[in-house]
Amino acid sequence: MVTTATTLSPHQLLDQVMDPELPFLSIADLGILRGVETVGTRVRVTITPTYSGCPAMDAIRKDIESMLDSHGYQPEVVLSRAPAWTTDDLSPRARDLLQQHGFAPPQPDHSVGCPRCADGPARVVSRFGSTACKALMVCGSCGEPFDLFKELR
Amino acid sequence: MNVLGFADDNLILAQRLSEWVAAAPDLELDIAVANIALDHLGVARALLTHFGDLEGKGRTEDDLAMFRSERELTNLLICEQPNGDFGQTIARQLLFDSYQVGLWEKLAGSPDEVLAAVASKALLEARYHWQHSATWTERLGRGTEESNRRMQSGLVALARYVDEMFDEHQDLRRGFDERLTPVLDESRLVLPKDPFPRRGGRRGMHTEHLGHLLAKMQSLARAYPGVQW
Ligand SMILES: [Zn+2]
Repeated sequence: MVTTATTLSPHQLLDQVMDPELPFLSIADLGILRGVETVGTRVRVTITPTYSGCPAMDAIRKDIESMLDSHGYQPEVVLSRAPAWTTDDLSPRARDLLQQHGFAPPQPDHSVGCPRCADGPARVVSRFGSTACKALMVCGSCGEPFDLFKELR
Repeated sequence: MNVLGFADDNLILAQRLSEWVAAAPDLELDIAVANIALDHLGVARALLTHFGDLEGKGRTEDDLAMFRSERELTNLLICEQPNGDFGQTIARQLLFDSYQVGLWEKLAGSPDEVLAAVASKALLEARYHWQHSATWTERLGRGTEESNRRMQSGLVALARYVDEMFDEHQDLRRGFDERLTPVLDESRLVLPKDPFPRRGGRRGMHTEHLGHLLAKMQSLARAYPGVQW
């Protein structure tokens, strides 16, 4: 699509690109957006994978391209693996958003309180959950099963 | 550094692990195994692409994964060994994870920047895989007489493939032992010393199992070259 660039900056547009598996988290809050260089309407976006085999990377790349493309920019998406992404790269806002959506934010050693009753202790049902970044937990107090965003560092 | 060898280890192990999908003892393990396989596949893709770049003949990750024959694959023999029962699979994973954590620690400092970046990323994942394998080793080893027996038979079956992992990296043996031995002791298991270690994977000399694995893995790409979906 060829149109003139809108008034929205690449940064503002990229704030609207969400992680497909955690659609309430932007790629910036998730910490996988590593760099944005703009020259005129050309935008070079650098992203990094959360996990080596993360199957969402291709979808994220396409989402970035179509978001920028539909606003008149010519995007180029580059994948960079170093330095490796860790859960320390999550923004403070990402931790709040995870909590609000019923996920436990990353904690050392899977020691974590239940996001429903805030009581504990929770135990690990499986160290691997429905996606690479989650573990499956259950609250020892109220019995609620919930996802823990795994600590990786 | 043997980029292709490391790529092949991860490619073949990913394929092996994925055979458990929809067949693991429970749903959580199904998902765990799929996640671990995906991590290995992601590493394999990055390293195959890197090898293709270094080689400079224009071969892509798909060319390298799908159009090399058994004798051209350079994975360690332990990666191609059949899953057996769940005890044997966990035995293989514990042995390989204990090796790979040390390998990635070492390669994270490689002068090859791409290899170092892949290794630093994979290291975090390998530690997590190792924890999963160690937890299950303990559960099976200390579970019932039957679960201990199966896990122990897995270790006996795989003992002959252990030495090959250290042929190119003798310096990793000590860290391997330090990671492995306490887990086995805690789990009432032992890794026997096999008097006739098998080797040859890095030279393309494989056990009979690799051909069958490749037949499945490569059939679609070979029947429909360039296929996309
Ligand atoms: Zn609770």
